[in-house]
Amino acid sequence: MAMIEFRNVSKWYGSFQVLKDCTTTVEKGEVVVVCGPSGSGKSTLIKCVNGLEPFQRGDVVVNGQSVGAKGTKLPQLRAKIGMVFQHFELFPHMDVTANLNLAQVRVLGRSLDEATAKSHALLERVGMIDHAKKFPGQLSGGQQQRVAIARGLAMDPIAMLFDEPTSALDPEMINEVLDVMVELAREGMTMMCVTHEMGFARKVAHRVIFMDQGEIVEDAPKEEFFGTPRSERAQQFLSKILHH
Amino acid sequence: MDFGFLTQPAFSGGGTYFDWVLSGIKWTMLVSVCAWLIAFTIGSVLGVMRTTKLRWLYLPAAAYVELFRNIPLLVQMFIWYFVIPEIVPKALGTWMKQGMPMPEFWSAVLALGFYTASRVAEQVRSGIQSIPAGQTQAALATGLTMPQVYRHLLLPMGYRIVIPPLTSEFLTIFKNSSVALTIGVLELTAQARTISEYTFRTFEIFTLATVVYVLITMAVTVLMQFVETRVRVPGYVGTGK
Ligand SMILES: Nc1ncnc2c1ncn2[C@@H]1O[C@H](COP(=O)(O)OP(=O)(O)OP(=O)(O)O)[C@@H](O)[C@H]1O
Ligand SMILES: [Mg+2]
Repeated sequence: MAMIEFRNVSKWYGSFQVLKDCTTTVEKGEVVVVCGPSGSGKSTLIKCVNGLEPFQRGDVVVNGQSVGAKGTKLPQLRAKIGMVFQHFELFPHMDVTANLNLAQVRVLGRSLDEATAKSHALLERVGMIDHAKKFPGQLSGGQQQRVAIARGLAMDPIAMLFDEPTSALDPEMINEVLDVMVELAREGMTMMCVTHEMGFARKVAHRVIFMDQGEIVEDAPKEEFFGTPRSERAQQFLSKILHH
Repeated sequence: MDFGFLTQPAFSGGGTYFDWVLSGIKWTMLVSVCAWLIAFTIGSVLGVMRTTKLRWLYLPAAAYVELFRNIPLLVQMFIWYFVIPEIVPKALGTWMKQGMPMPEFWSAVLALGFYTASRVAEQVRSGIQSIPAGQTQAALATGLTMPQVYRHLLLPMGYRIVIPPLTSEFLTIFKNSSVALTIGVLELTAQARTISEYTFRTFEIFTLATVVYVLITMAVTVLMQFVETRVRVPGYVGTGK
């Protein structure tokens, strides 16, 4: 079953087209990595899934529900999809537990006790339980990103979106975040990840999408993508990021 | 300097000149604090309105700010006191001039409050807008609605960011309250002037007034520093990432 389905999605900023007729699917339990040069529209594409970026043409269907349709209640849809950002975006004035509790209480209507129990279980899982009472500003980048992943998971999401989750991190912290993501992938979470961590892609991705200038240029099973990318643009891009 | 005159019986009213000073302080405080309540409330609402993407919310707020920020406070004081009673419906106007208790006090409070609201609105707006867009996106992504994002993220963070400039507006309101003397509010500066006319102790009485203003502003500064410490976010250094 397709969990996320892009149907000919196009988006413009004025006369500049950021997304050009993008069509692809992410199956339930599938891990799809999205890569491509800066400015190619990766972030824009992934943000169409939860309606953070509106689009003008086509549609995205998440678990059978249309994102673009007029009657769609975006907050309800978003609550079911976890999202992790490049700059973590934890709420700085709340401690780690409160960061995880907020939407559980305000959106899902869980009691504070229920939410806290859930939050602590997830913090345990991402190795952050000892920091449950700290504030985001007191944590390293890698720690903040693990908390951000836990915040997404706290909503019991049907899919997780990652937008360059490791590219703002110092090299020594990248792995602690990737390890959490690998574990998630192995547990069968549906994931759409914008990342240039090709090691991660090799390890757990089922498919790799390559974007350039708003277009999905390549959309192939991992083995195929790393074997012989069909397009020249993808080959060039791969040789650039794999050689350092 | 000789402050002995303060204990002398005043020219009128039965008390001493010191009682006049105290009464002046009372009215300065009343005008300032009442005006601040208006300024903070209305300024916050307007500031938030200006940060929304809804035209029918931000346009009126923007118009308000431009209007009230650009007319001199003294002129606004005169408008509230002399002009408004003439242009409202007749019955209301008559009541404002004859029936309403302390018309000069309420005119001063409204003038100072609505004027300062335009400045508070700008501070609140800049505070909210200095929060990176990614924060709002992350909050929306968890399923919160836009009003919830304001309630739980943008307002708590925005107010923290603007405590220093808001403190400065709060201090300014005490200083600006002296403009109320022009429409007859017997606040501290007005009392100091009257006392100097009766006693010729001009130097002493204005020294005393200065000291009182300094003490008030120091007290406000300490209060706001206390607030700032209370809401300080551990480990938080700024919004720039
Ligand atoms: N608000 C905006 N107005 C106009 N153009 C925009 C806006 N936001 C993004 N763009 C443009 O859209 C294009 C795609 O942006 P997007 O952020 O999706 O790229 P990306 O692939 O995620 O790049 P990066 O790797 O740098 O994150 C870029 O050319 C960008 O300049
Ligand atoms: Mg991006």
